[in-house]
Amino acid sequence: MGATVITITSGKGGVGKTTATANLSAALAMRGKRVVAIDADIGLRNLDVVMGLENRIVYDLVNVIEGSCRLRQALIKDKRVENMYMIPAAQSRDKTAIRPQDMVSVCDQLRPDFDFILVDSPAGIEQGFRNAVAPADRVCIVTTPEVSAVRDADRVVGLVEAEGKGPPLLIINRLRPQMVHRGDMLNTADVLDVLAIELLGIVPEDEAIIVSTNRGIPAVMENNSRAGHAFANIAARLLGEDVPFLDLEAKPASGWLGKIAGFVRRS
Amino acid sequence: MSVFSALFGRREPSSREVAKNRLQLVLVHDRVDLSPQKMQMLRDELISAISKYVEIDVEGMQVNLTQNNRHCRLTADIPVLAARPKR
Repeated sequence: MGATVITITSGKGGVGKTTATANLSAALAMRGKRVVAIDADIGLRNLDVVMGLENRIVYDLVNVIEGSCRLRQALIKDKRVENMYMIPAAQSRDKTAIRPQDMVSVCDQLRPDFDFILVDSPAGIEQGFRNAVAPADRVCIVTTPEVSAVRDADRVVGLVEAEGKGPPLLIINRLRPQMVHRGDMLNTADVLDVLAIELLGIVPEDEAIIVSTNRGIPAVMENNSRAGHAFANIAARLLGEDVPFLDLEAKPASGWLGKIAGFVRRS
Repeated sequence: MSVFSALFGRREPSSREVAKNRLQLVLVHDRVDLSPQKMQMLRDELISAISKYVEIDVEGMQVNLTQNNRHCRLTADIPVLAARPKR
């Protein structure tokens, strides 16, 4: 059959696209899948450092597209996990160096040899975004529970649907249960209410992500951090497993029943 | 906000509720690319169009953009006072 291409995008920058790409790629590979992660953020390369592969780069995505190397030469093998590869973005170029059809062609060449191709999209809704979305079978939108990120995510939902890519999936990243608990952060239901797309996963804010990024070891590979666990669950859902969502906002319950319950508890 | 919060005279809305309400409002306009200014123009033109046929209560008139699962709906609730007398 060939690989499923999943593009990770967001609209707003800094919400955790690259972290999600690195962790989901690693988690899928750890589940025995053949995975390649592609950094489509031309000129602002980062997937390499987040995955800890920055010292192994010889060729990049633009070299492949321009024909100055063969595709296989740009595939960096991650030695820590079986069957995991990464193609870095070019650092000294900009997003006009590639076109949407180039991304489609690169992914089509990779499809026969992999189960999953994860494309890390740049922020924004310009050409870089269109390049990243072009080869996608599914699009996954990352947002944080903040008004600016959710607003931008909504814009991207519309653009993804306009590209004929079907309804995107949602990852809510960096949720802070204590803030949700005291009513100072949008909860999962709020974000879903507003965006009205299917939830793929919820990832709690977790210092372990900063530590793992410092070391260049995706959290799913390393420890049993809460965020790592959440990403492993998302990978399992991508494999078709029915994994319950982490209960990050156990109480008080939301909705009017919860409010009555909360009121009764308080009185 | 629910009826219950009103009944129990709750404190001012949490920042979460404020955020959600603001988002819903801004997104409904983002999605159809209709700014509050344009909405006002639309409302004014509705008034002048409908007033040709019936007398309406402009004060009680409500024109809203609402959303349900990414589908936007423009609703106008216009109280009619009387038919225009035939000439």
